[in-house]
Amino acid sequence: MSTSTTSTRLSDPHAIPDRPEPRPFALVRHSLQLARRSLLKTMRTPEQLLDVTLQPMIFIAIFVYLLGGAIAGSTHDYLQFLLPAIMVQTIMMSSTVTGTNLNTDIKKGVFDRFRSLPIARSAPLIGSVLGDLIRFVVAITVTLGFGYLIGFRIGTDPLQLLAACLLVIVFGFCLSWVSVLIGMLVREPGAATGLGFLVMFPLTFGTNMMVPTDTLPGWLQAWVKINPATHAMEAARALMLGTPDASGPVLKTLLWSAVLLVVFAPLAVSAYRRRT
Amino acid sequence: MTAAFQAEGLVKRYGKTVALDGVDLIGRPGTVLGVLGPNGAGKTTAVRILATLLRPDGGRATVGGFDVVKDPVKVRRLIGLTGQYASVDEDLTGLQNLELIAALLDYRGAEGRRRAVELLDQFDLTDAGGRPVKTYSGGMRRRLDLAASLVGRPDVIYLDEPTTGLDPAKRDDVWNMVRNLVTEGVSVLLTTQYLEEADALADEISVINHGRVIAHGTPAQLKHIVGGQTVVVRPLDPEHLPAVADILQGIAGVAAESPSRGVLTVPVDGDAALGHVVRQLESASIPVLELALRLPSLDEVFFSLTGRHELEEQAA
Ligand SMILES: Nc1ncnc2c1ncn2[C@@H]1O[C@H](COP(=O)(O)OP(=O)(O)O)[C@@H](O)[C@H]1O
Ligand SMILES: [Mg+2]
Repeated sequence: MSTSTTSTRLSDPHAIPDRPEPRPFALVRHSLQLARRSLLKTMRTPEQLLDVTLQPMIFIAIFVYLLGGAIAGSTHDYLQFLLPAIMVQTIMMSSTVTGTNLNTDIKKGVFDRFRSLPIARSAPLIGSVLGDLIRFVVAITVTLGFGYLIGFRIGTDPLQLLAACLLVIVFGFCLSWVSVLIGMLVREPGAATGLGFLVMFPLTFGTNMMVPTDTLPGWLQAWVKINPATHAMEAARALMLGTPDASGPVLKTLLWSAVLLVVFAPLAVSAYRRRT
Repeated sequence: MTAAFQAEGLVKRYGKTVALDGVDLIGRPGTVLGVLGPNGAGKTTAVRILATLLRPDGGRATVGGFDVVKDPVKVRRLIGLTGQYASVDEDLTGLQNLELIAALLDYRGAEGRRRAVELLDQFDLTDAGGRPVKTYSGGMRRRLDLAASLVGRPDVIYLDEPTTGLDPAKRDDVWNMVRNLVTEGVSVLLTTQYLEEADALADEISVINHGRVIAHGTPAQLKHIVGGQTVVVRPLDPEHLPAVADILQGIAGVAAESPSRGVLTVPVDGDAALGHVVRQLESASIPVLELALRLPSLDEVFFSLTGRHELEEQAA
């Protein structure tokens, strides 16, 4: 087909149609827009939230009613001991979703579209990680709500409870970079989920979530004591129950979070750059 | 005049596979460059390099004078990409997809929505705009994908096999959209596996195979090289086949072939031949079931260009 175009866009600057001017704080704005996308997706597919809604309730029910009597003598005492740890566990498990979602987006070509736009290359990545924070909020709300229904009560004040929630979210956010790295390294979304769980199982169960550390065999105690998840669970317990002193575990959790972020975020970003 | 986009000696390897083996392409502003080639020829790889999604191992590519490797952000301000596989978000609605892209292109909220609504309307998706994309048909997804690549009013548009898998009516819709883009002054790179499509839309065609450009020219030049068109006739009554064969031979100067039972074909030089065939069939009172002027298939193109049946070889 032959054209009789007299002016073309590239040769004639006056033919360029009105386009918005680039605006400042692009990375922040674009990342937030993309986080909003993740959020919209989560809202549109509520089944994606099963792991942060049904799963903690099932875990609490199983542990408290099946094992509580045997372990702690009373189901109420055990619920008090278990619930803060379950909150941490749920968030850790939920952090694996980020890697799976990213892998899906890249496979489906959605990221190709984003990358052909004049936005920072890291914006889609940051957006996904931020957007998945909403899952953490849902997880905490459900865990606390369900716990409250069956008798859990905090032994401190609402401010310390809030501090516990924020601490757990910070920990989950830093941990989600491990999930991003996994999502960038495997081929299939399913593999990202599988591998994510494989990593999270020893991290979440290799803790004093279910029983006090000193009841464990020596080799396991060694692992439990260095496991960052243990510190997060102890910090959550201390902030929600009032004993023991919270400052030690909180500090260790923050330190570990920083280490996870400093080590895994750059690795994940460079894997992302190689993949996309 | 500078090129809208240009590739010079592009090389891309995947392990041992050489996807591009020194490809040169040039798109003139305000025109359509057709890149014609079979599956695996390297079309998508070339498009991805020109769209800054992939780095070449050798050679260079520019869009609007900006190097795709050194100045990717400037290039991205100029381009729109519709990939071979629809890259829209299935969980979001059509409107949300377009609004997101508008926001990423720095449209302010209300402006972005206006642009999204305008495009939905233009692509006949207004009614479906509020539904999640996963409920869309293949044709609707394609249209949304095309709309998505136009949000920022790009100067250069890449369409990677935009009609593959579409039925003929939907294909015609896409063709009309491409023609509209060109009248607005947009430069288009269109990849396809069909000579017919390249012929219908492109100002110039580069034929590519095994990562190399094996022919380049206007559609007319290319059709001339590959032996022009073919007249196809299927008489209603097979009794008339010999008479039809005589008529065709008389017009084309070569004997007609019968590729399948009841059908006769003959190569012809220009569009005028069809008129002669129609008039002579009419005066001989031969009713026909099928009468068409066809372009050679991609396989026939390759046969004329390389003397080999590439596609059959690949399939074997
Ligand atoms: N990511 C990849 N990894 C390995 N090989 C690839 C990859 N992408 C394309 N190829 C190979 O490169 C060649 C060209 O592919 P492509 O550009 O997709 O061709 P086309 O779009 O013309 O069908 C093919 O042989 C294909 O198998
Ligand atoms: Mg392709």
